[in-house]
Amino acid sequence: MSEPIISITALNLAYERAGTRNVILADLDLAVARGEFLVIVGESGVGKSTVLRVLIGLAKPSSGNVQLRARPDCRTPMALVFQDARLLPWRRVIANVAFGLEGSGLSKAERLAKAQGMLDLVGLSDLGQRWPHQLSGGQRQRVAIARALAVDPDVLLMDEPFSALDSFTREGLQDELQRIQAATGKTILFVTHDIDEAVTLADRVVVLAGSPGRLAAEMPITVPRPRRRRDAALQEAARQLRMELSNRSAEL
Amino acid sequence: MMALRSTALAAAGLFAFLLFWEAMPRLGLINPAFLPPPSTIPAAFLNEVRLGVWGEAVLSSLSHYVTGLGVGAGAGIALGLLSGMFRWFEAATAWIVRLLRPIPGLAWVPFAIIWFGVQPEAAVFIIAIGVFWIVFFATQGAVRGVDRDLVEVAQAFGFGSPWARLTKILLPAATPGILVGLRTALGQAWMAVVAAEIFGVPGVGARMMQASSLLSTDIVVVYMLTMAALYGLFDTAFVALQGWLLRWRA
Repeated sequence: MSEPIISITALNLAYERAGTRNVILADLDLAVARGEFLVIVGESGVGKSTVLRVLIGLAKPSSGNVQLRARPDCRTPMALVFQDARLLPWRRVIANVAFGLEGSGLSKAERLAKAQGMLDLVGLSDLGQRWPHQLSGGQRQRVAIARALAVDPDVLLMDEPFSALDSFTREGLQDELQRIQAATGKTILFVTHDIDEAVTLADRVVVLAGSPGRLAAEMPITVPRPRRRRDAALQEAARQLRMELSNRSAEL
Repeated sequence: MMALRSTALAAAGLFAFLLFWEAMPRLGLINPAFLPPPSTIPAAFLNEVRLGVWGEAVLSSLSHYVTGLGVGAGAGIALGLLSGMFRWFEAATAWIVRLLRPIPGLAWVPFAIIWFGVQPEAAVFIIAIGVFWIVFFATQGAVRGVDRDLVEVAQAFGFGSPWARLTKILLPAATPGILVGLRTALGQAWMAVVAAEIFGVPGVGARMMQASSLLSTDIVVVYMLTMAALYGLFDTAFVALQGWLLRWRA
């Protein structure tokens, strides 16, 4: 693997609450290659989301090192898509997408033009003037993806972005995301607890398990894209991953 | 159909009320000097307008109202934001607030007159104080209640400074709560206008006191209804503005 875009070494995260020490992550090492679609799976509470929160700066690690090799001209090297879309309800859709561009030195017209381009990319070209409450859950999540892509990050972080959606919408967005990655070449770090989702999307899956969360296993998914959900190779990968997960939780 | 019926009922109720009011002095049950029948009000109103007194009184009251409201609400929003955003600010002001807040706005009248004389500034001051506390607490509470998840969105996109947090998230998110406070203040400020003017600052309240000392109760009623109308006007306009500002809500 060429030089990784993200290298996490010996990451620890713990906090004190009411006198007890809670260790969330212990000695985590993880490297992500440029352009890779890396999926982190694990049960609830193993600290999957925390890894993303540390990367984006919403959580402070207790110790350890995170190194990012972003393009030197990149103003926002990483952008996060939250589990719930978290659109700003007082902004129209287009203004939500343009949110991260404010303060970038672009004029308002340039920001809106860029935002419109992102709406086109996620297939919501005509909904720019809507308010967030007028959108469906799936549309809202597309807007959140457009908002993250608008800042042209090197790495797109996605925290269970499709877990609150119905399965039709979820599968539609999984396909959409693969198309978007093919079109933009972004590195994607994607967290989920859905194994089928993980094998459908990933170039590589890593398993986070235990308490505190440790890297328990990893598995490359070599099934060629575009992937079809009924593909036997994908289902075999999912089966292996399930086995891996149940072994790990039995061990720990 | 229901709406039509309730409108008809409301009109009938008002008509009955006016009829009752008209009957009381006309039947000699109440001295007309103490309670003028409503039929005499339009003539008294036209007379006040003709003399130019009505327009003048309304204009000066409105100017006290708008200025006092602006000053009080401006200060209330500014300090409410500070207090909602910064725990240290809230802590530092907690006992000052506890000391000053229970003092009714009207208790400031002596100082208002000593500091500003019987001048518009005194009325503005009284009105501003009444408005300030309502808006201050509404703003502080609204900022406190802002969804932390939305603040994280700003942080995640690199807007970590307090100013960015305020302008991009806290202020727009707190707007509904601030507007509720402002609407309450709108009503509170009317009370303060009359109170302040009753002490002599020219305006609707002063004109009422003048008329009542001459037992021109019809004129007093003219101004009572004038205030009701003006308040209704402001409140309606405010609700329209509120609806427009909050058009993003479901």
